[in-house]
Amino acid sequence: MVTHLPVLIVVAPLLAAPLVAIMRGGRWPWAVATLVTWFSFLCSILLLANVSTYGVVSYALGGWEPPWGIEYRVDLANALLLVLITGLASVVLPYARLSIRQEVGDEKAPLFYSAQLLQILGLCGITATGDAFNVFVFLEISSLATYALIAMGRDRRALTSSFSYLIMGTIGATFYLIGIGFLYVMTGTLNMMDLAERLPEIQDSATVRTAFAFIVTGISLKLALFPLHLWLPNAYTYSPSAVTAFMGATATKVAVYVLIRFIFTIFGVPFSFGQEPLAEVLIPLAIIGLLSASTVSIGQPNIKRMLAYSSVAQIGYIVLGIAMGTAMGLTAALLHMFNHGLMKGALFMTLGAVAYRMGGTNIEQMRGLARTMPLTFWAFVLGGLSLIGVPLTVGFVSKWHLILAALELGWWPIVVVILAGSMLAVVYVGRVVEAGWFGEPENPERKEAPMSLLIPVWILIAANLYFGIDTRLTVDIAEAAAAQLMAGGSGS
Amino acid sequence: MMTANTAMILALIVPLIGAVAIGLLGRWPNIREAATMITAVTLFGLVIRVLLGLTGGEFIYVEWLTLFSGVSIAFNTEPLSILFALIASGLWIVTSIYAVGYMRGAGEKHHTRFFVCFAIALSAAMGVAFSANLLTLFIFYEVLTLSTYPLVTHKGDDKAKAGGRTYLGILMTTSIVFFLPAIIWTYAAAGTLDFTLGGILEGNLAAGSATLLLFLFLFGVAKAAVMPFHRWLPAAMVAPTPVSALLHAVAVVKAGVFTLTKVVIYIFGTDYLAGVPYESLAVYLAGFTVVAASAVALRQNNIKRLLAYSTISQLSYIIMATMALAQLAQIGAVMHIAAHAFGKITLFFVAGAIYVAAKKTEVSQLNGIGLRMPWTMAAFAVAALSMIGVPPTAGFVSKWFILAGALEAENLFVLVVLVLSTALNAAYFLPIIYKAFFLPETEAPAKDHGEAPLPMVLALCTTAVLTLLFFFFNGPLLDLQMTLVGG
Repeated sequence: MVTHLPVLIVVAPLLAAPLVAIMRGGRWPWAVATLVTWFSFLCSILLLANVSTYGVVSYALGGWEPPWGIEYRVDLANALLLVLITGLASVVLPYARLSIRQEVGDEKAPLFYSAQLLQILGLCGITATGDAFNVFVFLEISSLATYALIAMGRDRRALTSSFSYLIMGTIGATFYLIGIGFLYVMTGTLNMMDLAERLPEIQDSATVRTAFAFIVTGISLKLALFPLHLWLPNAYTYSPSAVTAFMGATATKVAVYVLIRFIFTIFGVPFSFGQEPLAEVLIPLAIIGLLSASTVSIGQPNIKRMLAYSSVAQIGYIVLGIAMGTAMGLTAALLHMFNHGLMKGALFMTLGAVAYRMGGTNIEQMRGLARTMPLTFWAFVLGGLSLIGVPLTVGFVSKWHLILAALELGWWPIVVVILAGSMLAVVYVGRVVEAGWFGEPENPERKEAPMSLLIPVWILIAANLYFGIDTRLTVDIAEAAAAQLMAGGSGS
Repeated sequence: MMTANTAMILALIVPLIGAVAIGLLGRWPNIREAATMITAVTLFGLVIRVLLGLTGGEFIYVEWLTLFSGVSIAFNTEPLSILFALIASGLWIVTSIYAVGYMRGAGEKHHTRFFVCFAIALSAAMGVAFSANLLTLFIFYEVLTLSTYPLVTHKGDDKAKAGGRTYLGILMTTSIVFFLPAIIWTYAAAGTLDFTLGGILEGNLAAGSATLLLFLFLFGVAKAAVMPFHRWLPAAMVAPTPVSALLHAVAVVKAGVFTLTKVVIYIFGTDYLAGVPYESLAVYLAGFTVVAASAVALRQNNIKRLLAYSTISQLSYIIMATMALAQLAQIGAVMHIAAHAFGKITLFFVAGAIYVAAKKTEVSQLNGIGLRMPWTMAAFAVAALSMIGVPPTAGFVSKWFILAGALEAENLFVLVVLVLSTALNAAYFLPIIYKAFFLPETEAPAKDHGEAPLPMVLALCTTAVLTLLFFFFNGPLLDLQMTLVGG
């Protein structure tokens, strides 16, 4: 079984998705979907253990040897991300049961869980595959599922949000496809390692450079890099709570991963940073995105929307790390990719619990939360502290490495920007905490969220603290993964 | 018999266990208060055990886990840290007695939450004291900020909220924007953050960069309240008085100056710092804060605000004396951490006692109050004399050493600041004593009153006596601290 791990993670939900769709009611589809994601999670952990002991795992799909057949290729970077995706899914799905019953209803539940499985498998597929065209296929699978999931939101604005994401997402995917087309024309291959091998000879050609531009722009749309982030706030705000939690934690991270894969493995550092002005383009955008999105989030009356803008800002940190083009910067980016998934997953799930009891996530509904829903409130406080980057949380670990990477390059202004972002986070998180702590609730009765919502929330909060204290696992893997990536296509 | 290592770790954990116990016993106030007392006394006993270990030459070092390569969460102790721990834990006992009287007498609400947060803050203070490296210290420094926020905003009204915002805003901002990068920079340069006698930066960082680093630390550790990042301290005065007394005259602010002293002695190293260009700017800035804060205090009518500005001024004494880099002055700085603690906690106790007994908060209302509350105002007089630096009080001892250090280093600036601020201190404290004892009451109080409740009077008399005793019995402490400068 071990040799089949990379494909099992993807195939299990793929088989389960249609099965779930033909079921009736809310319970069985939910149970099957949950079990399948747990299985995928288990496979991901085994795979990560396997990769960190024995090195890169290559799997030839259907027995067709790469570069002719489709290859699944898992090194430390994507093994880590697979653990994040399936792990988050394993926590969000048990949580989804009550939340989705209330927000979507039992009659649509089979379709919901089916779409949810498709989204998960799409994201896992993008991450696991070693084939550039296969990335596109899975990108479309996950995106289509996501559009459907967003549209299931209670608010009618979910429909327009879904539609505008569809337009933007399709443009992004098309750009990506055009880029891949150019590369195929030039090299005659779609396998990533093969591409990495052939590109250096022809890297001066205008076609390759155009392909690079198309691919980077297309992926930037999917990862919501400023100013291509406009689809994100609405999509996050109006989706069902469970969808936001999973999507907010993983979807943009997967796009970030694809960007990293192309920049470092396929095109290589000398091309991306030497020949192309990648850093010069990405850094200003990351900085503007980071500061402006943080600032905008301060004034948001809807806390879900506030966190959505915060996500755009956090993407800025990750892109900054990538744009440094150094091993340390990449380590920080990978770390924050993982860590931000943990904190945003936890925070969005906390808001889901608030929505479940209070009927919404506006600042008024947060008032007096410390008294009415203390466990939910404290989960938000801890998640918020992690977002700010207070020591003993994962946010601190990310920040530490990012600043260290900036200092290594002597980029003092970047250090200032990173810290300014933290300060803005203090303001927007503080605002919610203040409302929860001092505010007068409309109805002072205690009505804590049910356990099936609270337990998943607190599992993620515990992960935020655990990986903030015991950094061996994440930091070591991120460092090793960064070293693999820096070595480019030849390294592994 | 437990080892000093165990005692040190227990000193961090016992207040937390106490916090849980206090939280669970919320329904029975008397038992809950007993839990606070037991916790405080146990903590003090543990710190004494660590002290015995230190003087007995025991190896004291505990490592929990490695956060980043070369940096762990680790604890140890040395003369400076044991001093801070002793003061904070010892005065916690007195404050607990006082707080029982105050919280009931002043009719405050949410007692359980109050005592829980207090215990957590003490645990954080112990963590700061026993940190073996800068990162561990930073973690507990932040915990201290966060755990005191509910205490500052205890009343929950708009004024408390505004005060809390300033408090958290300044302390968080400075710690993230200045302190954290300073730590990361130190780590990037030296590859370690361990407190090492003689410093870790020598040979690792160009002297020019060290100037910038020094100021990042100076502003980053805003708990030391060096201007212009001092405003959180007056803002924190909205808290109930026991908080102002123990936390904002002792534990929190002393954590600030303690951190800076640690940084000077164990991160930069005194010798290395002497070669850092413009280091004297730090002395000037601290000196300016001493004088300016005293001048502001002169114009305050609210007793607690006056005391807050006086604290700002006294804290900068310590920083100025540390940064002056003269051995005797550094000894004076360390002694002043203790001396100021005894005096200032007494003054805050008095302010709280006046508030509870007479509902008065302003200096202008104090005419003749000494006759109604003789014990309280006598304690005030002793503590005020200590602030000015008159023998036989604690303040004289530390000022003596700072003065001797200034003369030794022929530092005219420090000398002038000392003289000037002594005059200013006298100018705002002596009139209060005069008013209290020698002016007649302007109008009879609405309600006839005498002393505050007994626990409060007991507490403030204890600390006043400590202020006097410190003048006579400071020998052991002095001997211990001498090892810091290799004397």
